[in-house]
Amino acid sequence: MTSAGNNNNKGISPREIDDKSQSKREKTILIVLLVMLLIAAVISLGVGRYKIPLNQIIDILRSWITGKTDFKNNPLQVVVLLVRGPRILLCMLVGAALSVSGAAYQGLFKNPMVSPDILGVSAGAGVGASIAIILGFPSLTVQLMAFCFGIGAVFLVMGLASAIGRGTPATLIMVLSGIVVGSLFSSCSSLLKYLADAKARLPDVVFWLMGSFAKNSSYQNVLILFILVLAAGIPLFLMRWQMNVLAFGDEEAQSMGINTGRLRLAIVICSTLLTASSVALCGIIGWVGLVIPHITRFLVGPNFKALLPTSILIGALFMLIVDDFARALIAGEIPIGVITSLVGAPLFIYLMFKGRKEWV
Amino acid sequence: MGMSLEIKDIKCGFGPRVVVNGFNATVNSGEILCMLGPNGVGKSTLFKTVLGFLKPMGGEILLDGKAINTLSRKEFAKIMAYVPQVHSPPFPFKVIDVVMMGRTARIGTFGIPSRRDKEIAASMLERLGVTFLLNRTYTEISGGERQMVLIARALAQEPAFLMLDEPTSNLDFGNQVHVLQCISDLARNNGLGIIMTTHFPDHVFQCDGHVALIEWNNVFLTGKADDIITEENMRNTYGIEIKVVKNKFSETTVSSCIPLIKKQ
Repeated sequence: MTSAGNNNNKGISPREIDDKSQSKREKTILIVLLVMLLIAAVISLGVGRYKIPLNQIIDILRSWITGKTDFKNNPLQVVVLLVRGPRILLCMLVGAALSVSGAAYQGLFKNPMVSPDILGVSAGAGVGASIAIILGFPSLTVQLMAFCFGIGAVFLVMGLASAIGRGTPATLIMVLSGIVVGSLFSSCSSLLKYLADAKARLPDVVFWLMGSFAKNSSYQNVLILFILVLAAGIPLFLMRWQMNVLAFGDEEAQSMGINTGRLRLAIVICSTLLTASSVALCGIIGWVGLVIPHITRFLVGPNFKALLPTSILIGALFMLIVDDFARALIAGEIPIGVITSLVGAPLFIYLMFKGRKEWV
Repeated sequence: MGMSLEIKDIKCGFGPRVVVNGFNATVNSGEILCMLGPNGVGKSTLFKTVLGFLKPMGGEILLDGKAINTLSRKEFAKIMAYVPQVHSPPFPFKVIDVVMMGRTARIGTFGIPSRRDKEIAASMLERLGVTFLLNRTYTEISGGERQMVLIARALAQEPAFLMLDEPTSNLDFGNQVHVLQCISDLARNNGLGIIMTTHFPDHVFQCDGHVALIEWNNVFLTGKADDIITEENMRNTYGIEIKVVKNKFSETTVSSCIPLIKKQ
């Protein structure tokens, strides 16, 4: 048969089909990132107001592994294993969760400018947490209310979009509904801040809205988040090939045999679960879910097969490093959402310059 | 193994608005049906209805006598493949990955393409003579090359029918001919039933297929190209004057449609 363009009919060599260099490169990147993440995690154990040198951290880890911990007489072990340990694990989980849900949403909405809170999950969670804090509820209730309000906001968005789209919401209507509901919830948050007791409650509300790993870092929370991340992450991982196809648009995906309505709903549920559970524990942390998928695509391309695992590792690494700065830069603690914006915005501008060919 | 696609008395449109009403056509394996008609007359709506993107408001579409709405998306995709107009996706996928997406209906819901799927995808590129595109980036190749990749993706579905939406639009003269040749070969040598929309009556003559001329107010003329693309029908449909010229070569005769531009 004929060709479009120059004719080059020499058949396919197995080398061309295999393209081992590509998958080898992806594997190498994953291994390098994993090693970097482990090193960063160990170093992070020593970072903070009380600096601990590496050899001592290794000693403490060794005594932990061999089961010879003595928290009563060894305050360093308490700092490393009971304070920083869970915080670091929580950080990595949240970074991974936000990055994966960002990557999933960017594919779903066929738009690289989308972030995980496009459907209003963060704004909803903010209102839930604000109400709980103002009413003086304990932190577990704050988390629960943030989680429920976050999911509730997405429900509202999907309901609105379905009503407008007569049962099959188009992605554009979903995005617009998300913007409307999100801004509605944001104004509720502002109102609550205005009404909050300026001395007793307002600082807590503001601190929560800017995001932090300081308050809720416990092994119990790590376990809860780990379970939720697995519950939402595994289905997303299983749908990785279908998510590729969906990036070509609804009609084409349908013509290739995908039930797009069902797939889209599944992606929204999983991504919402990932974001809502992160936000409920650590407050609103912006930019991670937007920037990390971009960095990952630059490294391994847009195929979700490589994109999902790689963005898990890069997201975890990024969040870990950012949290180290949040803990170490000043004597107190900088809200992590502030640093992710400070780092994320310039990084994104750089990526836009580098990738402008794709977008303009 | 021959199959037939019957479009019976179909009525379609968006919401309350009926765009096309009472359209009939049949396409068998190895046949080409071109849909021709003015902008806005409902070609795309009809096309989308046959592909199952829009629910028909009346009538039925049968594959070997079986209504298509009884088939799942997956079952339908194994029989019917869609080649959309050339476009650019938001992410820079590799060409081989794009072609492998055509395998989606043939792998498990949660599966990823196997090595065999990759080989099938590669063989489709080879069949179209564009193997050199295999490891290129889809967003960086030319429009003509993308059209070939989209056809390869549709072929990777291993369908019995192919629906192409203006496959020659936005292509240069050479690529238009390449794509028409390719479509013609797929019907004649591989026995695919093909439905395509086009704006060029000449393409219908060149494919030597059937044509469905869609006029305003639900007037449809279907039949062989030579019977339908006539001076009178073109005048009625488009309000223009043309001459149909028969070009005789040593072995074949190819008609072409010459528009007459008035010079004042």
